[in-house]
Amino acid sequence: MTLTVLRLQGITKRFGELTANDDISLDLASGEVLALLGENGAGKSTLMSILFGHYVADAGSIEVFGQSLAPGNPKAALAAGVGMVHQHFTLADNLSVLDNVMLGTEPLWQPFSRRAAARARLLEVAQRFGLPVQPEARIGSLSVGERQRVEILKALYRGARILILDEPTAVLTPQESEALFDTLGQMVAQGLAVIFISHKLAEVLRVSHRIAVLRGGKLVAQARSGEATQEQLAQWMVGHAVDKTVRRPARAVGDVVCALDQVRTSGSGRDRLDDVSLQLRAGEIVAIAGVSGNGQVALAELLSGTRRAVGGTVTLMGRALPPSPAALVLRGVARIPEDRHAVGVIGDLPVWENVVSERLRSPAFSRWSWIRRGAARAHAARVEKAFDVRGAGLQAPARALSGGNMQKLILGRALLSPEQRDGKPRTPRLIVAHQPTWGLDIGAVAYVQQQLIAARNAGAAVLLISDDLDEVLALGDRVAVMHSGKLGEPRAADKWTREAIGLAMAGAKGRAHA
Amino acid sequence: MRLERRHRSSAAALVLAPIGAVAFTMAVSALLVLWAGAPVGRTYALLLSGGFGSVFAWSETLTRAIPLILTGLAATVAFKARLFNIGAEGQLYAGAIAAIAVGGLHGGTGIELSPWLLFPLMMLAAAAAGALLLLGPALMKNKLGVDEVVTTLLFNFIVLLGVGALLDGWMKDPSAMGWPQSVALQSDLELGKLIAQTRVHTGLLWALSLAVMVWAIFKYTVLGFDIRAVGGNARAAAFAGVPVTRTVVLTALLSGALAGLAGAIEVAGRTSYVTLDMSPGYGYSGIVIAMLAGLHPLGVIAAGVFVAGVLVGADTMSRAVGVPTYIADVIVAASLIAVLVATLLTQYRVRFK
Repeated sequence: MTLTVLRLQGITKRFGELTANDDISLDLASGEVLALLGENGAGKSTLMSILFGHYVADAGSIEVFGQSLAPGNPKAALAAGVGMVHQHFTLADNLSVLDNVMLGTEPLWQPFSRRAAARARLLEVAQRFGLPVQPEARIGSLSVGERQRVEILKALYRGARILILDEPTAVLTPQESEALFDTLGQMVAQGLAVIFISHKLAEVLRVSHRIAVLRGGKLVAQARSGEATQEQLAQWMVGHAVDKTVRRPARAVGDVVCALDQVRTSGSGRDRLDDVSLQLRAGEIVAIAGVSGNGQVALAELLSGTRRAVGGTVTLMGRALPPSPAALVLRGVARIPEDRHAVGVIGDLPVWENVVSERLRSPAFSRWSWIRRGAARAHAARVEKAFDVRGAGLQAPARALSGGNMQKLILGRALLSPEQRDGKPRTPRLIVAHQPTWGLDIGAVAYVQQQLIAARNAGAAVLLISDDLDEVLALGDRVAVMHSGKLGEPRAADKWTREAIGLAMAGAKGRAHA
Repeated sequence: MRLERRHRSSAAALVLAPIGAVAFTMAVSALLVLWAGAPVGRTYALLLSGGFGSVFAWSETLTRAIPLILTGLAATVAFKARLFNIGAEGQLYAGAIAAIAVGGLHGGTGIELSPWLLFPLMMLAAAAAGALLLLGPALMKNKLGVDEVVTTLLFNFIVLLGVGALLDGWMKDPSAMGWPQSVALQSDLELGKLIAQTRVHTGLLWALSLAVMVWAIFKYTVLGFDIRAVGGNARAAAFAGVPVTRTVVLTALLSGALAGLAGAIEVAGRTSYVTLDMSPGYGYSGIVIAMLAGLHPLGVIAAGVFVAGVLVGADTMSRAVGVPTYIADVIVAASLIAVLVATLLTQYRVRFK
């Protein structure tokens, strides 16, 4: 018999004019995995923050195991058995697994910490839920998948019986994801209840029993996983039918635009390049897969002009790579950085200044170091129109843009040159796109991907670095895998299987062929 | 209690914030006035009329506003690039000393040059002295990660002690009866009076034009964009191709130069020589003025006049009702806190529980 462990009733939360959660009611039964599906901004995080006591709902009530939960009190939520595993881990790298699990669980006035008892309890919990762990291992030496296991154990150790996982597979290899799904299966078999937050349709169908779809703050649909299809879920999420980006193979691959030869960069740990060679040709997308933190940042920064090579050579159209971002842009390199908020835009400055920031020093936008405001604004308006940047207007600070519109601004800035050639804007020679669709809604993802394909068809060489395996396989003409600062041999996308990529992402040597 | 970010600041909040800030400041200061045993209404009326109530009051307020506007601009430029220059006080004294070094009556005569040449030289020397004083801390911040708040603050003490040594040594005025005071400036280098029979001098025009200049730099030049970009998000600025180190250096030079000019203009417009009490903390007040102005160069003019008026009005009020002039410092400090909190509240809402 299933028991209702959690009941959210009529949860409403407004931020000014924005209704983040609109009268949401949800039940969760013991032994059940409930997937909470929705695009960014659909209200998933707000709902979970209310459940966990970070926000106070404007209306509605929460019952946990039949008891009403005091609002706005994370301690009460913890005590009632609600545990949360955040997407970004909250672990201290320099402490052991056991230290991290015990952290904050012991009263301060207790003179000695009871490590032996805690250790026994940790091992008991680990055993019961099938999460093998070494209590004395330092967090810093663990892989991402292992760290996530520690986060889950931390919640279980504190007596969580309802576990919330926020985008748990975002940082995992396909194999690690599978292992996580098996673990979740064992956990619910023990009577736990799990809320699994995601926007990936396939894994939601794979792992959950029931799916609740949020859109625009409302609960728009609930379905049993066995009865739902990906197309139906996508339609619920977006509100209309969605065209998937379909890869059409590169037609004519041209000359080498950019070549890396045995390049090494500085950087800490795995985040550096170690003897990397790669050739990027006009009219082709080379996609780099890999678990984040294995040198992708170094590669993207090297080709964006913000990191130097300490060994080897990098050439751009036969000449040495220019040393500065401004020079790279003028040589036709379009750059899309990984973190649009922290690196892509300057949030305090108006939209139009952000559009021209990369080329402000060129004669198009300044003369004698005076900004040609008219020309700059006119170009910003062109970018706004051509790339459909909506929501704020040119004068508003860029931080007022939604994630999707911010990414369109960055795309437009990179792809639409103010210089004309034969009456048309010059197309970029090389596009360096690092996680260009991260955190975007389905519509914006399709838009960004189509822009990259269009640029490739127009003759640009595209380097796509992504954690999202689906994206890598959907867009890459050739695909290579990074691990620990080394880059594997690029192969045609249809020569790869997901299993082979997963093994390479995990660093397996024996190059499993399809 | 916690803060939640507002998705959009309402128009009502933007109007109410400054009004609330003023009301809060008046209320806090009123408590202290009551404590001092004076009638609140009369005290405020005297303070207001003392600062702004007559031509004489205005002339005194504007005279006091000149160095405050300049140090306010120095702080504005630096803070805009997130270079926290707390050293305007020292840069002001360095500028004053440099002005005397170039234009002072050394050995009774001074440098035999046309004032048309000597005056620009004096101003340049003062600007350079202030600028160079901030260059070191800026480079140490950029290259070594040394906190500029600490270095610029400590430089104030070093400079002040150095000035003290000069006033008792090389620059000592032999006719000052042993008083630590520098030799005087050549009289043909002094700034003219703006209004006859008052102390307002043409330094006011310098301050106003420099405020407009800084505003134009921010708005119309690539350097201004670079300063705002580096202050807004240094990583994103570097990604977009802004030369971050060069920008920090230029910001430091500009900010230090403005504070140095404040010193030279005080000497040439008001004091004629350097003493150790020529600035009652103008450099520090400049920080308050920059924050009150929301780091807007033209707002600095208004904030500088406001703070100057409160300081001048407090003198008059103190003579009449006996409340110590320190009430002026309380008003200025409370208004800063009130404005900062009010600004915060337009962006965040407070939730209890």
